[in-house]
Amino acid sequence: MAWVWFHKFGSPPHFYRLATQLTPWFGWPALLLGIAGLIGGLGLAPPDYQQGDGFRIIYVHAPAAWLSLMVYTVMAASAAVGLIWRMNVAHAVAASCAPIGASFTALALVTGMLWGRPMWGTYWEWDPRLTSELLLLFLYLGYMGLRNAIDDLARADRASAVLAIVGVVNVPIIHYSVTWWNSLHQAPSVMKFGRPTMPASMLVPLLLMLAGFTLYFIALLLTRARGEVLRRERNARWMLEALERT
Amino acid sequence: MSAARIGFLSAAALLAARDLRLALRRAGDTLLPLGFFLVITTLFPLSLDPSLSLLRDIAPAALWVGALLSSLLALDLLFRDDGQDGTLEQLALCAQPFAGLLLAKTVVHWCLTGLPLVLVAPLAASALGAPNAAMPGILAGVLLGTIALSLIGAVGAGLTLTLRRNGSLLALLVLPLAVPVLIFGARATALSIAGASPAAPLYLLAAFAVFAATLAPWALAAAVRIGIE
Repeated sequence: MAWVWFHKFGSPPHFYRLATQLTPWFGWPALLLGIAGLIGGLGLAPPDYQQGDGFRIIYVHAPAAWLSLMVYTVMAASAAVGLIWRMNVAHAVAASCAPIGASFTALALVTGMLWGRPMWGTYWEWDPRLTSELLLLFLYLGYMGLRNAIDDLARADRASAVLAIVGVVNVPIIHYSVTWWNSLHQAPSVMKFGRPTMPASMLVPLLLMLAGFTLYFIALLLTRARGEVLRRERNARWMLEALERT
Repeated sequence: MSAARIGFLSAAALLAARDLRLALRRAGDTLLPLGFFLVITTLFPLSLDPSLSLLRDIAPAALWVGALLSSLLALDLLFRDDGQDGTLEQLALCAQPFAGLLLAKTVVHWCLTGLPLVLVAPLAASALGAPNAAMPGILAGVLLGTIALSLIGAVGAGLTLTLRRNGSLLALLVLPLAVPVLIFGARATALSIAGASPAAPLYLLAAFAVFAATLAPWALAAAVRIGIE
């Protein structure tokens, strides 16, 4: 009985309806939080005493980096749900996560490089966080490559789900091995943010941006997943009815 | 099944013996990755100034990048023929644990492609200027590293089982997952060459190999089942 709500997710019409209803509830707050965070971060927050205005890129960089990891976790979790309960919708969600996650990872990398140019004097530093972010991007690309390479949809779903789960087990190991490798090769990086010493005027916009990015991801995911469900169920009767109604 | 049920270990041993016999009949194919490894490690000195100190510096990189690429190349041998002629389907249908049988196949694969690498690694290392005192560390590192690489690679090979041209995709899937092996292995080799104790990276490498041996068979079985269904 208690699992009815869970199994209802497995029904494409139910999921499609729910996703359509929920998307604006995530999209609009995401926009508002993003605007507030940007005003706070770019306008109101004081310049950093060492980095001047250069630190402001953190308001895009940190949320993107946070999401690059979170999206992978969401992807692996929904892939696992799809694999275990053979839930087509969960596979659709996992498939929708990959391009979003790869984009956030690329965004985090690019903003990190742009920040590194004035701060470190070079676009690319073999910093552990940059390196593991790059490896994460490769994991996303591998996942998407595997999906693309397999023609049969059901098989692509399940094979890529196994890959996502193997990847999520490996991500922490890769991260710590890269950190460890780096600490042996070079001195600690030039500058690091002193996290606890960040004043509230800087921290609050960052938190707003984090929340805004997360909600934006959910709205984006719901939209993409709807598209994915549409593609998969293009011959179903409920789909035609739903499309006629809109 | 009219024949008496046999235990898992005998079944695995039979499978291993069969794989070994097949591999020995086409010894040329089996030894190709080894030749590839030797060529790669030769290319490094040729593309650089062959002074001893420089060679010593790049020896870990040459050895481990060579080992990584050669193990990637060897993965083609692991499931390709058995996938095409239906052997894997028979294995999946038989009453033995599929993950265990695939682990047995992977162990044989390691004996055929990983073990030769372990035996040749000291040769390549000394050609790259590694002192004799470094050999135990290098041997242990390559031994543990190739075990981990075979296991990770097997999962990748299982996932790409049904794809016709899978070489570059396989590389994209496997190489990021093999980064820890590369880091710890190259570190152990570098420490050995420098005359320091490689114990710390070797322990980590061993931990990673054990971890892979514990979990990879299940992922492997799931991947191959999806491929042959």
